[in-house]
Amino acid sequence: MGNLFWIFFSTLLVNNFTLSYFLGLCPFLGVSSKLDTAMRLGAANIFVMLITSAMAWLLNTFVLEYVPYLRLISFIIVIASTVQFVEMAIKKLSPDLFRALGVFLPLITTNCAILGLALFQTSKEYGFWEGMAYALGGGGGVTLALVLMAGIREETKLMNIPKIMDGMAFNLIIAGILSMAFMGFAGLFSTH
Amino acid sequence: MSEQVSSGQNMAVFLKGLWEENPIFVIVLGMCPTMAVTNTAINSLAMGMSTLVVLLGSSTLVSLFRKVIPDQVRITTYIVIIATFVTVIDFLLAALVPDVHKELGAFIPLIVVNCLILGRAEAFAARNPVGLSFLDALGMGLGFTLALLSIGIIREVLGSGSLFTISLFGKGFEPWVIMVLPPGGFLTLGFLMLGVNRLKKKKA
Repeated sequence: MGNLFWIFFSTLLVNNFTLSYFLGLCPFLGVSSKLDTAMRLGAANIFVMLITSAMAWLLNTFVLEYVPYLRLISFIIVIASTVQFVEMAIKKLSPDLFRALGVFLPLITTNCAILGLALFQTSKEYGFWEGMAYALGGGGGVTLALVLMAGIREETKLMNIPKIMDGMAFNLIIAGILSMAFMGFAGLFSTH
Repeated sequence: MSEQVSSGQNMAVFLKGLWEENPIFVIVLGMCPTMAVTNTAINSLAMGMSTLVVLLGSSTLVSLFRKVIPDQVRITTYIVIIATFVTVIDFLLAALVPDVHKELGAFIPLIVVNCLILGRAEAFAARNPVGLSFLDALGMGLGFTLALLSIGIIREVLGSGSLFTISLFGKGFEPWVIMVLPPGGFLTLGFLMLGVNRLKKKKA
């Protein structure tokens, strides 16, 4: 059980997917202008990650032992269909959220964080529950980064920023400073 | 259309990827590999070249089959095409340059989800003949490689005081370690983008 907690917290803080592995940067830089949307996209991310992790475990255990060269293709197909499913569900359950997320919902398919999760989980040889903890930590980490970024951007919206700095350059420098702050967590699990 | 006009147009398609519509500095696509592997110049070059090859292959193939692929399943088809090329590159690198392959690790398979490749397939290759798509892919791929390489060079020189693993400054240099760590990636690209914005503004 302790192991699961360790996986969860180290993925959430120390090895944060967005800020130290650079996974899922497109939504991080693209959808992070509003706090509300960021939170919801984060939730969708966690959900897709949990399903993907379970599916990747199934594939790894029962299928891919025989055809390892199909790993990448089968992972990506599983992710694409999961995202399609989540998209249909959200459209039905909450049309507002569907509109707010816009093009970034289908783009979760090409979100490296999801595929990265499946691949890292494979290379670390995690079992089912470890995979779940990893997915929760990873998704939580992505959400945390998104929400922090959105919060900062909402605060800076009314600031007087030089013209050439406005937009992506500014976001990247904020991200750099955030990432530096997260390095502070590095000593948290010194024994591992 | 005369021969001259068409070759001029070809040139324009090829050149726009290098500067005018540079995938990293201007349209900001494919950020994840950009940051993750650019801590040394060699890694950046390897990632740039792999992406270039995958982009060339997938753009050509998508363009060849653009009239056959049904509209509803086009994204899935593109992804499967891209994933096939990436698998090939993955095994190629593992066989030819095992050191670099080990260093890049999971980021080679992650080329599949590089938005640049899917973006070019959807926005260009699906609507244009094979020759033009090839040129577009070549321009975009080279633009991507150049951008990656410039970030990689800055980060390696500042962060470890060397270039292509050759030491530049001798023992007196105190390496600027933050540059090879994750925050350095964000900061370098942020400041490079400032420079690009400034150049663009001067021209306009």
